[in-house]
Amino acid sequence: MAKLNINGTVREVSAEADTPLLWVLREHVGLTGTKYGCGIAQCGACSVHFNGEVQRSCQIPLGQITEADKIVTIEGLSEGRSHPVQRAWAAVDVPQCGYCQSGQIMAAAALLAQNPKPADHDIDAAMTNICRCGTYQRIREAVHMAADIGTTGKRG
Amino acid sequence: MNRPVLEKNLKLSRRDFIVGSAAIANGGLALGMRVPFDAAHADTSASASQVNIWVAIKPDDTCVIRIARSEMGQGTLTGLAQLVAEELECDWSKVTTEGVTPGQNLAAKRAWGEMGTGGSRGIRTSQDYVRRGGAAARIMLMQAAANQWNVAASELTFSKGVISHAASNRSVRYGQVAAAAAQLTPPDPKSITLKDPKNWTIAGQPLKRLDTADKLDGSKIFAIDLKLPGMLCAAIKDCPVYGGKLTSFDESKVVGMPGVKKVVRVKDTAVAVVADTWWRAKKALDALPIVWDEGPNAAASSATIAEMLKDGLGASTTNGDRHNGDALKAIAEAPKKVEAVYSTPFLAHAPMEMMNCTVKLSADRADAWVPTQNLEASLAALSETSGIPLNKCEIHRHDLGGGFGRRGGTQDYVHQAVEIAKSFPDTPIKLIWSREEDQAHDFYRPISQCRLSAGLDNDGNLLGLHVRISGQSINALLNQKGIVGGRDMRQLQGYYETPGDAQLGYDVPNLLIEYVMRNSHVPVGPWRGVNTNQNAVYMECFMDEVARAAGKDALEFRRALMKNHPKHLAVLNAAAEKGDWGKPLPPGIHRGLAQFMGYGSYSAAVSEVSVSPQGKLKVHRIVLAVNCGHMVNPGQIEAQAQGSVAYGLTAALYGEMPVDKGRMTNLNFDTYEIMRLAEMPKVEVVLVPTYDFWGGVGEPTICVVTPSVMNAIYAATGKPVRSLPLKNVKLV
Repeated sequence: MAKLNINGTVREVSAEADTPLLWVLREHVGLTGTKYGCGIAQCGACSVHFNGEVQRSCQIPLGQITEADKIVTIEGLSEGRSHPVQRAWAAVDVPQCGYCQSGQIMAAAALLAQNPKPADHDIDAAMTNICRCGTYQRIREAVHMAADIGTTGKRG
Repeated sequence: MNRPVLEKNLKLSRRDFIVGSAAIANGGLALGMRVPFDAAHADTSASASQVNIWVAIKPDDTCVIRIARSEMGQGTLTGLAQLVAEELECDWSKVTTEGVTPGQNLAAKRAWGEMGTGGSRGIRTSQDYVRRGGAAARIMLMQAAANQWNVAASELTFSKGVISHAASNRSVRYGQVAAAAAQLTPPDPKSITLKDPKNWTIAGQPLKRLDTADKLDGSKIFAIDLKLPGMLCAAIKDCPVYGGKLTSFDESKVVGMPGVKKVVRVKDTAVAVVADTWWRAKKALDALPIVWDEGPNAAASSATIAEMLKDGLGASTTNGDRHNGDALKAIAEAPKKVEAVYSTPFLAHAPMEMMNCTVKLSADRADAWVPTQNLEASLAALSETSGIPLNKCEIHRHDLGGGFGRRGGTQDYVHQAVEIAKSFPDTPIKLIWSREEDQAHDFYRPISQCRLSAGLDNDGNLLGLHVRISGQSINALLNQKGIVGGRDMRQLQGYYETPGDAQLGYDVPNLLIEYVMRNSHVPVGPWRGVNTNQNAVYMECFMDEVARAAGKDALEFRRALMKNHPKHLAVLNAAAEKGDWGKPLPPGIHRGLAQFMGYGSYSAAVSEVSVSPQGKLKVHRIVLAVNCGHMVNPGQIEAQAQGSVAYGLTAALYGEMPVDKGRMTNLNFDTYEIMRLAEMPKVEVVLVPTYDFWGGVGEPTICVVTPSVMNAIYAATGKPVRSLPLKNVKLV
């Protein structure tokens, strides 16, 4: 029985040590906001915050995680979709199908935590998740808006 | 509602249903009907009054608008709700939506019309009857208020869900009269005068989507996320070579693995592992020894398929053409000739949510939860493969994690899930394809080659044009009745003479456009934009080659051929103007343009690119103009146009599904590369609606993206690009 700190709560999980965190979250913990898109760390749909860093959860086996590791998923990012990134995403009407957006939002939140006022080239470098609907232009706009909300407290 | 009573009255056979699926809905019939909504599936609580099939209103004035089409990101749900709300004259802030299921639609004799969502039809082919539905509900609400006050309905006014009688200074909210309105006889829909779109206040506005909130916090449940009591999960492998079969598998190697319940043969070609979780099922499947009979296509390759297509370029018989004058003679006699051969590859759809379907079969009941662009086709597939009558089947709606044409008529993954579920009665089985399976078993964008030749006079005027496409047919695999007398005109999409849908915007004095069918063993299907993509590349890139040979500017050369096509021309002019055509450029930046028509809408693009001395391409800016006639939500039209740039440019830069030893390669995103945010050019969408027709939005713009970029590369390097993807082309 492994113990995982997910969204501030310690959860007990019974699964094989090689089970990727993605599938632990989806199938053992019941948090399905983190998405399966490729399984090979290409698409970023499975992005979570792992000790404050954005990570592709399809590449983190359960056996390498300890109770000391802090995992935050899209469900734990904020209360009531109040994170500046979520507010900006709503204001800009970013999502189309929405499938990749959990990962996009987690990547953007991690970027802003490291760099509260990113330039376009910082966004280019950090936002490497795949979106097949092609919401990239609005993602860029929303990251800038989230930075404004985060630094000035302006409402999104 | 009392479902069994309705079922008893159900006279439609499955054959009627499937045949009927292809027909356009009779909106008038739908409106006149009383169709109780199935409370078991509806969010509308008992307190909501169903005014008609499109509108239910709660005492707190919440307007529940019913949506029959599928939502896959394209925004149709919001647009359809805007159209109903516009005529309903309700308060937009009180609007919610509710999906109609195909079982409900079947029980109501298709009162909600066609549910298929493809071909950019979601709004344009349902706009009339959904608007009438909203208007009919408003008329009934007004009449209910008039009856209550004992005044004539003509004395009443309405605004934002409030009905007023000025003479007596009374007003009432929709929620207060909805129950009474629901008892009234609906008006004859033909008697309803719809609002002039010029006077729209809800439709036509760039309103925010209604379906965003739960996409922001992970709470949206896609079909792939579904969890049902007692559910088991399945992972599947189909024979990697199309036409091959499953010979055998060694179940003993995996039965003891954690969570594994069973290994199931799925028809003749596939094997699935069923386990308590999908990860465990997939792990066991990967460990399962499988022997395939790869069948007659095991030696096929991209090279053999290319040879087959090349043969078609010289074939003596064709499968559809359009012509005027004598193009071959005109070209032969022309003082100047241009000739080129282009090619485009197979492409996978790769929606982010891979194919999946959950099925629960009982003795006399079948349920499926599936992301589908055609809910009624899913229902038919569920019934057909389970053997359970249609009226004992239901499809539970989930919005799709992308569709792009993959999840329409074929329903292959639904058939598979039902087959697997047959081994587990009363147990929900969730089948999920791995990304690799999704890439290996798509219905791909058809491959083709195209030879074009043109003749010019000494002044650079186009005398004749001959276009011959040799390529794979979608109809041959999926819709044989679309091939009439050996002619498969769908392959010439965008080259038609007839106006209105996908008309060629050029008049050429001597024109011959031909299609030669050459089908490989690889299955093909509609891919966002379908044949307009390849056909726009061939026509628009060759136009630039011919213009250059004529010594003319690419825009001026086209304009001379477009005098009789004012709508095509207006959109091209709009793109050219906003795209600064002819104006000075920064050093190293070059422009290209393209125009084309599909799905009833007109599109044009001007792209700006640079090509480094090492041949590295960067697309800096794309100005994309579109005339889709009426605009229901300009914000979503813009979003679709932006998205089409990403989807189209991904294909242009990277997209190809090569064939090796009979099987598809590039099975995940490491090899089937997808454009990322850093490569997204600045997209400026120019909306130039003429408000005199209803065109599509999801697909029309994608086809001009790639040729405009290819033409900009040609401008940059002086070398035409004639094959895709660009990653394989040495640009300098």
